[in-house]
Amino acid sequence: MSSLPPYASPVQRAWFYSFRVICGLIFFFLIAPIIVIIPLSFNAEDFFTFTPEMLALNPEGFSLKHYKDFFNSSDWQLAMKNSLQIAPVATIISVTLGTIAAIGLSQTHVPFRRSIMAILISPMIVPLIISATGMYFFYSNPYIPIPFYGKLEIPITLTGTYVGVVLAHAALGIPFVIITVTATLVGFDRSLTQAAASMGASPVRSFFKVQMPLILPGVISGALFAFITSFDEVVVVLFVGSANQKTLPWQMFIGLREQVSPTILAVATILVFLSVLLLATLELLRRRSERLRGMSPG
Amino acid sequence: MTDDQDASKPVLAADGTPLKQSLNRALRRQKLRALALIAPLLLFILVSFVAPIGDMLFRSVENSIVMETIPRTVRAMRNWEPDGETLPPDEIYAAFYTDFVLAEENKLHTRLGSRLNYEASGMSSLFRSTGRSISKFDTTIYGTQFTEADAAYGDPAMWATWMAEKDNRKALPLTASAYEGWAEMIEDVKDADPATKKLSPIVYTALYNDFASGAVAPSMPAVDVSGFETVSLREQFGAVKADWLDPTTWTVIKTFAGPLTDGYFLNAVDMLRGPDGIEARPESQRIYLRLLWRTIVLSVTITATCIMLGYPVAWLMANLPNRSANVLMILVLLPFWTSLLVRTSAWKVLLQEQGVINDLLVWIGLVGDLDRLQLIQNATGTTIAMTHILLPFMVLPLYSVMKTIPPSYLRAAKSLGANDWTAFWRVYFPQSLPGIGAGSILVFILSIGYYITPELVGGTKGVFISNRIAYHISSSLNWGLAAALGSILLVIVLILYWVYDRLVGIDNVKLGG
Repeated sequence: MSSLPPYASPVQRAWFYSFRVICGLIFFFLIAPIIVIIPLSFNAEDFFTFTPEMLALNPEGFSLKHYKDFFNSSDWQLAMKNSLQIAPVATIISVTLGTIAAIGLSQTHVPFRRSIMAILISPMIVPLIISATGMYFFYSNPYIPIPFYGKLEIPITLTGTYVGVVLAHAALGIPFVIITVTATLVGFDRSLTQAAASMGASPVRSFFKVQMPLILPGVISGALFAFITSFDEVVVVLFVGSANQKTLPWQMFIGLREQVSPTILAVATILVFLSVLLLATLELLRRRSERLRGMSPG
Repeated sequence: MTDDQDASKPVLAADGTPLKQSLNRALRRQKLRALALIAPLLLFILVSFVAPIGDMLFRSVENSIVMETIPRTVRAMRNWEPDGETLPPDEIYAAFYTDFVLAEENKLHTRLGSRLNYEASGMSSLFRSTGRSISKFDTTIYGTQFTEADAAYGDPAMWATWMAEKDNRKALPLTASAYEGWAEMIEDVKDADPATKKLSPIVYTALYNDFASGAVAPSMPAVDVSGFETVSLREQFGAVKADWLDPTTWTVIKTFAGPLTDGYFLNAVDMLRGPDGIEARPESQRIYLRLLWRTIVLSVTITATCIMLGYPVAWLMANLPNRSANVLMILVLLPFWTSLLVRTSAWKVLLQEQGVINDLLVWIGLVGDLDRLQLIQNATGTTIAMTHILLPFMVLPLYSVMKTIPPSYLRAAKSLGANDWTAFWRVYFPQSLPGIGAGSILVFILSIGYYITPELVGGTKGVFISNRIAYHISSSLNWGLAAALGSILLVIVLILYWVYDRLVGIDNVKLGG
């Protein structure tokens, strides 16, 4: 029913249009909350609703003061700094280890493939609150369990440290890298590496010169997923991190729980633009890989 | 043809080894290489993720705190069978006295009190108040009497040499254990040499009990204790708080003395281990099953609204030409990619009493300015915000399934005389069921473990089991219960994922289309 046939009855006609209206409303429900906060973040008052001046499009109703607050507040600046320090490092760890493991998993003979896959995907499956609980316990007092002996305690504390948060976020990002990269490797033509090998390339060389450029879109989109997972993540940071590791979502969460300040709307708007940017990048990557796949034989 | 000869000889590879062997070796090498590539990540995940989950599972049954804090009492209780009426014998009180003095010095008694308070309320204050009085217990008379009988008993240095001898320790088990605990405490807490410190009354009390039971130490002066003046520890405990003369108190300690406990799990399902076995908690303390039920009901509601809102949208996108469908897809993916906290803050701002939605409703005239709707800090708020957040997870699998249903089926049904509704209901809908199934399980799994959004918009009536887990970790510090609740939630989610895996396959999770 993509278009209305000329012989449609009035009832069908009415349904056709009302269905479109219903769908329009649902799309409105999806998008409106995100769009609405953008103008609200330019509110000149400390209100969370449209002032009469704003509705009248009076320039006096708008201001950048919440953005100024964001850039002048040491709390928010620390949060942003932390976010920009934690997410990239966690992403690099997930992508490096994840890509290597995905290549291993795509070999023809891998013993225990299903079980290994299940373990590697598990951080995505387990609810965050459970991961956070376990990490909070374990990172504060890590140990090696030894059967019939007990615990061999490791005298370090990872909770409240930068390393702990990065470790936790890297673990959470890995399933996304594994899934996207293995999906790309499925379409990878193995005879290309064989051809490279037959012409004398070492496995390392053929990986970087032949395989890597072809699976790069998958790796990059895996990296974006891992990045956004860490950048957006709050539950684990709340448990594993301390105030020194507070990230943007942490600061937003605390702000929303205690007293909502309109600065949050400014931050939210900045993050919305970030996600638009990410979405656009992913879409470009998808198109590129589709184009490449269209060109490759078979 | 020499078939017979060839069959008897193995086929050889180029280097002369049998082909089978050579192939096996190559296969083994390939397997090892694959594993070597996977190993670093596997190890990383095991340490950073699997071990923490295992730790949590273990903590939900772990109970070593009782045994570590009052080891002598636990040992003495081994042969005591509580019947609910008789009090434990004096030696248990004596062992408990030793343990308690040491626990108080090590500042561990309140921790144990809080642990036992989870099982029987009142334990925490009992331990706390006893901890304040334990040092004033009148047990010094044993020390005085021993020193009077032989001055060597008042000399810490002598004690140190005695207790270094294996035979003495063997002959006087209670004394040895009390001395050892005391010496450790002196070294750790007071940072002093036990050979120079005046002995604690607990050592003399233990010594009296050892001698009273007829023990003879090889190299220590023999003392006849039959004429000693004694004090009753039972009465002194009873004087601090009458609870120590209540058999139930001791039954609780005995019940939870083991290294493992099911207490946290029982608590998580609103039960407790009473004197007569497992029973339901009193009505006023039953919260977890209700909370779990609410979590499930709200998750089902959210899943249902997601189906209702997601189905038409997915249908429209699947039936539009690709170009327009892609544009609409962006409208679905943008919320999907927007930070969770951005979306939650948007709803918090929109739904509040002075927020945009209420303003709009007042402006339209649907509600009066004075009776604005309470849309947030309750189940309504949670449902609206979570539906918005999880809707893309419903639309994406629905869309990918609907995309594979050929539109010609509907046309065929209609050409055979079905009206629009029959054609949809009998032909199209059954084929879209896998999409509904996949989307529903995904949304349900995600929703049942949600923490952030219910915490921020749920108030008290719209919070989930995860919020309670977080509460027990950061506020009430009942980690065992948090771990037990987490384990239950984990089992539910894993079962659902198993179903999802059978239905769709976990590798097929669509990441943003």
